Amino acid sequence: MNKILLFARLQEKAGQAEVELDAVNKSIAEVKALLKENYQMEEIDTSMVAVNEEYANSDVVVKEGDTIAFIPPVSGG
Amino acid sequence: MNDKFWISEQPLNIQEVVDLVTRREAGAINTFIGTVREFTKGKRTLYLEYQSYVPMAEKKLAQIGEEINEKWPDAETAIAHRIGRLDITDIAVVIAVSTPHRADSYDASRYAIERIKEIVPIWKKEHWENGEEWIGDQKEQKAYPTGHPEEEDLT
Repeated sequence: MNKILLFARLQEKAGQAEVELDAVNKSIAEVKALLKENYQMEEIDTSMVAVNEEYANSDVVVKEGDTIAFIPPVSGG
Repeated sequence: MNDKFWISEQPLNIQEVVDLVTRREAGAINTFIGTVREFTKGKRTLYLEYQSYVPMAEKKLAQIGEEINEKWPDAETAIAHRIGRLDITDIAVVIAVSTPHRADSYDASRYAIERIKEIVPIWKKEHWENGEEWIGDQKEQKAYPTGHPEEEDLT
């Protein structure tokens, strides 16, 4: 199983900050598509993705226990 | 909390950040203090709400410190960013950079705030009189067409 973390607008749209999902052996691109479909979150397309607190490209394959965070455009400072 | 790079739910203490980079080798300490602005493009902000992916944000702040050391090997950096509800004039971020000579401290400080706006997972939500909205990509320099920053943006 994998923990999916959502922030900012994505979190509000999903109505939750965390989702449990079995994403093992799926690519980040596939996880994105899955979430987009399940939650109607078009913002997913403009979000970055972090696996275990480090930015990851779309072709990275998820392993058991990985934490995947969807990171909409940031606005700190 | 990293020793010199952290996210805080409490009001930031400027002196605490400055003290972390104070040292005998320094001839300059440059501080950047980011505050909550009331009017943006004529629209009145009532207050801001900052959210963060805290463990990753602290790592990314530390990464900015490492990047600064690659560009300015003599620099010492400390950065604190506040999250939660912030009112107008409240301090959102404090950056302190010390260097032997002043020019580098200005450049490194500027570099730090620009990088925060690119790679650190922190978001602000504007609350106005007639609505609210999560703000994204203040720099508006990158559209991230592939859905994520390219390698050169991250490393």
